[in-house]
Amino acid sequence: MNRFLEVSVVLFLASIPFWLGNLYYLHILITTGIFIIAAMSLNLLLGYTGQLSLGHVAFFGIGSYTSALVSLGFDLELTESYTFVFEPKPVWFAFLCGIVLAAISGWLIGRISFKVRGAYFVIVSISFAEVVRLVSLNWIDLTEGPMALNNIQPFTFAIPGLWELTFFKKEPNYWLVLGLCVVCFVIIRRLVQSRAGRAMIALRENEPLATSIGVDVTKYLVLATILSAGMAGAAGGLYTHYVRIVDPDIFLFIYTVTMVIMVVTGGKGTLAGPVVGGLIFGILPEVLRAFASPEVQWIIYGILMILIVYFLPEGIVPAVTQWWQRRARGPEGSMSQGSAPGAAS
Amino acid sequence: MDQFLQHILNALILGGTYALLGIGLTLIFGIMRVVNFTHGELYTFGAYMMFMFVMPLQLNFFLALILAVLLGVVLGAMIEFILLKPLRGADIDTTMLIMIGAWITMQNMEQFAWSGIAKSIDNPFPVDPLVIGTISVSWNRIFMFAVASALIAGTYALIRWTKLGKAMRATFQDPETAALMGVRINSVYIATFALGSGLAAAAGALLGPIIVVYPTMGDLAALKAFAIVILGGLGSVAGATIGGFILAMMEELGAGYISSGYRDAMGFLLIIIILLFRPTGLFAQKERVG
Repeated sequence: MNRFLEVSVVLFLASIPFWLGNLYYLHILITTGIFIIAAMSLNLLLGYTGQLSLGHVAFFGIGSYTSALVSLGFDLELTESYTFVFEPKPVWFAFLCGIVLAAISGWLIGRISFKVRGAYFVIVSISFAEVVRLVSLNWIDLTEGPMALNNIQPFTFAIPGLWELTFFKKEPNYWLVLGLCVVCFVIIRRLVQSRAGRAMIALRENEPLATSIGVDVTKYLVLATILSAGMAGAAGGLYTHYVRIVDPDIFLFIYTVTMVIMVVTGGKGTLAGPVVGGLIFGILPEVLRAFASPEVQWIIYGILMILIVYFLPEGIVPAVTQWWQRRARGPEGSMSQGSAPGAAS
Repeated sequence: MDQFLQHILNALILGGTYALLGIGLTLIFGIMRVVNFTHGELYTFGAYMMFMFVMPLQLNFFLALILAVLLGVVLGAMIEFILLKPLRGADIDTTMLIMIGAWITMQNMEQFAWSGIAKSIDNPFPVDPLVIGTISVSWNRIFMFAVASALIAGTYALIRWTKLGKAMRATFQDPETAALMGVRINSVYIATFALGSGLAAAAGALLGPIIVVYPTMGDLAALKAFAIVILGGLGSVAGATIGGFILAMMEELGAGYISSGYRDAMGFLLIIIILLFRPTGLFAQKERVG
C-alpha cells in the first residue's frame, strides 16, 4: 500500500510537465528540486547525526565548479614554460567528478573537525565555505573569478554515432532533477534503515552510550559527511548544467541558510522533512515576490525560522504525523503515545 | 624593514578591534553556552548607529560613539530577554538555530532600513597622518586603538574586581552552584549578553569611520570573531585578546607578503590549522577568567 502510494506520487510529479503548460513555473520546480536534493543531503548530517554543517554550500559549489571546469576544460600556467592543459570531457563524466571531489572535501572536513564536536564543527564548516569562496574569487586563472564561467554545456547523454540526447529544454531537465531526487531519497532511506544509519541515530541521541557499546563514532560521522557532501555536489552539478553559468556567489552563506531553514521547517531527521520544507521555501519566494522585496522576504524567513524552532521544534512533518495518528487512533489510542503533547488530556 | 614595521603597527591597531569582537563572543559562549550568530549584526548595528548620529543627525563624533555603544548594549539585552531567556536549558543546537534566524532577520532589517549602498562616516581628526620616521598612522586609527584598549582593560577590570564580574566567573564555573549561592543567574546572563553585544557594537562604531558601512559587513566580522575565539580557546578572555592580535598580524602580513586577495582567508586557515594541532585553542587550559 505504502509502496503504491509512493509510486503514484512519483508518477504524478513526473506528469507535471505535460499539463503545467507554463515554463516559468517549471523552472521554479527545477530549482526547487535541486535545492531539495541539497536539503536532503544536509538533513543526513543535521537530522541523523545531529551535526550542523553551516558550510554545506561549499560542497554544492565545489560540485558546481568541478563539473563546470571538467566539462569546459581549462589550462593552468604552472611555470613559465609549462602549461597544464585539460581537455573538455563529456558532461556526465564532469558531473561524476564533481560528486567525487565534493565527497573528498567532505571526508577532509570530517577528518579535521570531528576530533571536536558541536560548535567547532559548525565553525570549521563555515570557515571552509568561506575559504573556498575566496579561492573561487581570487584564482582567476582557473575560475575566472567574478567574471564567472559561462557557456557551460547542458547535460548530454550519447552513444557515439547512434544516439544523442541533449538537455536544452526545461522538461528533460525537470525529469533529470526528479530522477536524482528519487535516487537520493532512496539512498538516504536505505542508509538510515541500515546498520550504519542506526549507528548514526544512536550517536545523535547519546554519544557516550553509543561509544560504550562499540559504535565507532568518527567512522560513522565521516561516512555521513562523505555521503552528504557527495549529494550536495551532485545538486551543484545539476544546477551548473541547468543554469549554465557559475560564479563565486554560489558560495554565499545565504544558500546554506536556505537549506537549513528547509530542513528545520520540514522536520530534521525525517525522510520527508527536507522535501516538504524544500517545496515550501522553493515556492514561497514566488508567492511573496509580488508584494515583498527580497529583504522583507528574508526578514519573514528569519522570523518564521525562530517561530518554528519555538513552537514546532520537530518541524512540520512530525507535527502533522503525530496529529494524524492521534486523530486516527481516537482519544484512547492517544494515551499510549505517552509523551506526545496534549496526549494526557 | 620599514614596510615590515608599518605592517606590525597596522596589525596592532586592527588587533584592538578584533580583540573587542572576540572578547564579546567568548564571554557569551563561555558563560551562556550560546554560539552567538547575531554578534556580527551587533557590530553592523554599532557602525550604522554611528553613521546615523554623525551623518544625518550631525551629533558630536564622541557623543555618537558613546550612544552607539549604549544602544548596542540595549539591543543585546533585548535579544537576550526576548529570544534566549525562554530557551534556558535548551540544547546548544536549538539556540544556534534561533540565533541564525535572528541573524538573518537583523541583517535584512539593516538592509531594509539603510539600503544596500555603502555609507561612509566623517571624522573630526586631522587629515594629515602622524609620521614617525618612515612609518605613518592616521589619527583616526590611533583614536580607535586607544578606545579599544580602554574597553578591553575595562572589561578585564569588570571581570576581576566587581561583584558582577565575580558572579560572572562563578556562573562560568558552575551555574547551578552559583545559583545556590545566591547569584541571580538570569541577571548575569543578561549582563553578559549585553556586555558582549556592547563590545561588538563598539568595534563596529570604531571601525565604521575607517572603512565603509554596509549591511553585510557583519558576516565577515562574525566569522573572524569565531576564528579568534577558537584560536584563544572557547570561553577564554585572555585567549580572545591575544587571538585578536594574532589574527590581525596574520592578515596584515599575509596581505602584505603573500596575496591581498586572500587576506580574509587567513583567519579560516588559522582555524583549520589550530583544530588540527591543538583543538582546544591556544590558551584554554591555562586561564579561563570567565
